[in-house]
Amino acid sequence: MYRYDEFDATMVAERATQFRGQVARRLSGELSEDEFKPLRLMNGLYLQLHAYMLRVAIPYGTFTSRQMRMLAHVARKYDKGYGHFTTRQNIQYNWPALVDVPDILDDLASVEMHAIQTSGNCIRNVTSDQYAGAAADEVEDPRPYAEMIRQWSTFHPEFSFLPRKFKIAVTASDNDRAATRVHDIGLRLYKNDAGETGFEVIVGGGLGRTPYIGHTIREFLPKEHLLSYLEAILRVYNTQGRRDNLYKARIKILVNTEGAERFGELVEAEWEAIKGGEIDLPAEEMARIDAYFAPPPFEALSVDSAALDQSRQDNDEFAQWLRVNTVPHKIPGYAIVNISLKPIGGIPGDISDEQMEAVADIAERYSFDEIRATHEQNLTLAHVKKDDLFAVWQALKAADLATANASLASDIIACPGLDYCNLANTRSIPIAQRISERMGDLEKQEDLGELKIKISGCINACGHHHVGHIGILGVDKKGEEFYQITLGGSAAEDASLGEIVGRGLSSGDVVDAVETLVGFYRDNRQDKERFLDTYRRLGAEPFKEALYAAA
Amino acid sequence: MPLLKLNHGTFSPAVEEPLEEVSLADWLDNPQAHAGATALVIANDEDLSVVRCDVHAFSVIILEFPRFGDGRAYTQARLLRERFGYEGEIRARGDVLRDQIFFMARCGIDGFETAHADAASANEALQEFSFAYQRAADSRGAVTDEPIWRRRLSRVKAA
Ligand code: SF4
Repeated sequence: MYRYDEFDATMVAERATQFRGQVARRLSGELSEDEFKPLRLMNGLYLQLHAYMLRVAIPYGTFTSRQMRMLAHVARKYDKGYGHFTTRQNIQYNWPALVDVPDILDDLASVEMHAIQTSGNCIRNVTSDQYAGAAADEVEDPRPYAEMIRQWSTFHPEFSFLPRKFKIAVTASDNDRAATRVHDIGLRLYKNDAGETGFEVIVGGGLGRTPYIGHTIREFLPKEHLLSYLEAILRVYNTQGRRDNLYKARIKILVNTEGAERFGELVEAEWEAIKGGEIDLPAEEMARIDAYFAPPPFEALSVDSAALDQSRQDNDEFAQWLRVNTVPHKIPGYAIVNISLKPIGGIPGDISDEQMEAVADIAERYSFDEIRATHEQNLTLAHVKKDDLFAVWQALKAADLATANASLASDIIACPGLDYCNLANTRSIPIAQRISERMGDLEKQEDLGELKIKISGCINACGHHHVGHIGILGVDKKGEEFYQITLGGSAAEDASLGEIVGRGLSSGDVVDAVETLVGFYRDNRQDKERFLDTYRRLGAEPFKEALYAAA
Repeated sequence: MPLLKLNHGTFSPAVEEPLEEVSLADWLDNPQAHAGATALVIANDEDLSVVRCDVHAFSVIILEFPRFGDGRAYTQARLLRERFGYEGEIRARGDVLRDQIFFMARCGIDGFETAHADAASANEALQEFSFAYQRAADSRGAVTDEPIWRRRLSRVKAA
């Protein structure tokens, strides 16, 4: 994975020093809260309902055991002993004191971490596929490109005061695990008919109060032109995106008002004017970055592991975890392991300092010292030998991290909601906890198969409810919490937005409703259909009927 | 409004004769009526992707930052420097804050109307970062010379 050289290290250290100065000016009263706000927002520091929240960047979700240990240290020393992984492959701390933040940033800088551009109207931390470098279905590792984007976008002088925040996701696989079609820019690396690799450029997707699936504005962009093309898109957006209305300021609104074709023409014209300049990296620098992502020293192993087969036979619980939480690896004898941060009845994405230490130890010993954060608020160990899977499972189990529910009904995405967020209408976390408890039994969940439940506490949609197979949106009706259900959304390669099914439900009824919908699916599915497939085959009506007949 | 000017990487306070200003709209409307104008004021919603007048005729171009969060003029400044090759002063007016001066300077702005920073604090702000990852329009103000990737390449060549 990428390692800082002296330039990267200097930039992060200088940023920490700069922010220390800004905090000092705030604490001395030289800056008012109003003047300080834009400065702290450039550095991932939010003021929430009860306290400050600090969001730490994990570029494209890849980090090391050493970095995980530092995250544990921060949780222990400056917070209440836990952290919270987000849908942006970042981690948030919910209780830091302002005076401590400069020290936290220094601690993070010592392990090549920071909070740069994790908030504010700038280009945010770039996200990617959590299986990058391990997935059998990728054309190449997408992370070198994500790293190029990280560097290009860091303190970009022209694009630090955009109309609104800006999110870029990169995938290199036809199975889209990075939700590229619901990002401001989604990039899909693929091989064209001529055998060259390049990007499909998708623009203007997004969730929030006006959700859109992105449009492809360029079918094939040669990869060496990635940065100049991004600069052209950002320049068109910076000058033409709306600034008069916060809710109409994202690029999706511009793209959909202009029309994707017209928007694409504007970008192409701008790109023509700048592409010869010094924006794109020369081949040597691309190769330098590439080299950091060379595959780890895999052993030559056979596809099957006798040890694994034996433990699978001996231990049903392990066998189940193996079926649900591991994924085939591109190298024979290896597997990808998903670590669920969704224990039954737990808070999605939360992890204690001790658990962080445990994951760090396991990754160091069994997965080339590398950890991934996923956009579904879980963790991944990308390269585990099949021979080691049983030991990894035991170690995870000892740390309460072996819930066998990856992509199942209790693998729920939920935003912080009213427990933390000052924009919330409703709570999200307790709903997630109760659904998780209700769906409880893991064998039943496994029988139901892939089911993505996503919960947002308000229309800003941080819990991605629009793209949940079952989405739940918290709304406020005359001071009472209500929940609106949407069905049929997807953030994957078959991206779609969920449809609202009827009136809102009380927090008491919403858990029953999910159970009813799931029951209807179970009774009506054909063959190996997922919930989403059955919904797409039958349409909304029968699901609605089932839901409201029961109510 | 106090005025700071950036020269060879250093800010100093400046006092000057009042400029005769004309807005781009007025000037396009009737250039003869503004023949004596020395400064062109460009609103931040003007599209500069096409040249519509001879910007080189003015010794100062004033760009507007109505709110610090409105970043359109950053693009305008770069276009003036990089696309039109404008070599006169580009001056920032409006909500010009200490903690934005670095970005402005990197986009080619070298005049700053601000009550939020004096020369000392502006110089301090400029020195907060030793490098930059990307090429911008800052060579004239001598803010940074080479983007980091270029430094890396020269280092490799030197070794
Ligand atoms: S969706 Fe709403 S409630 Fe949830 S975190 Fe986002 S803004 Fe807060």
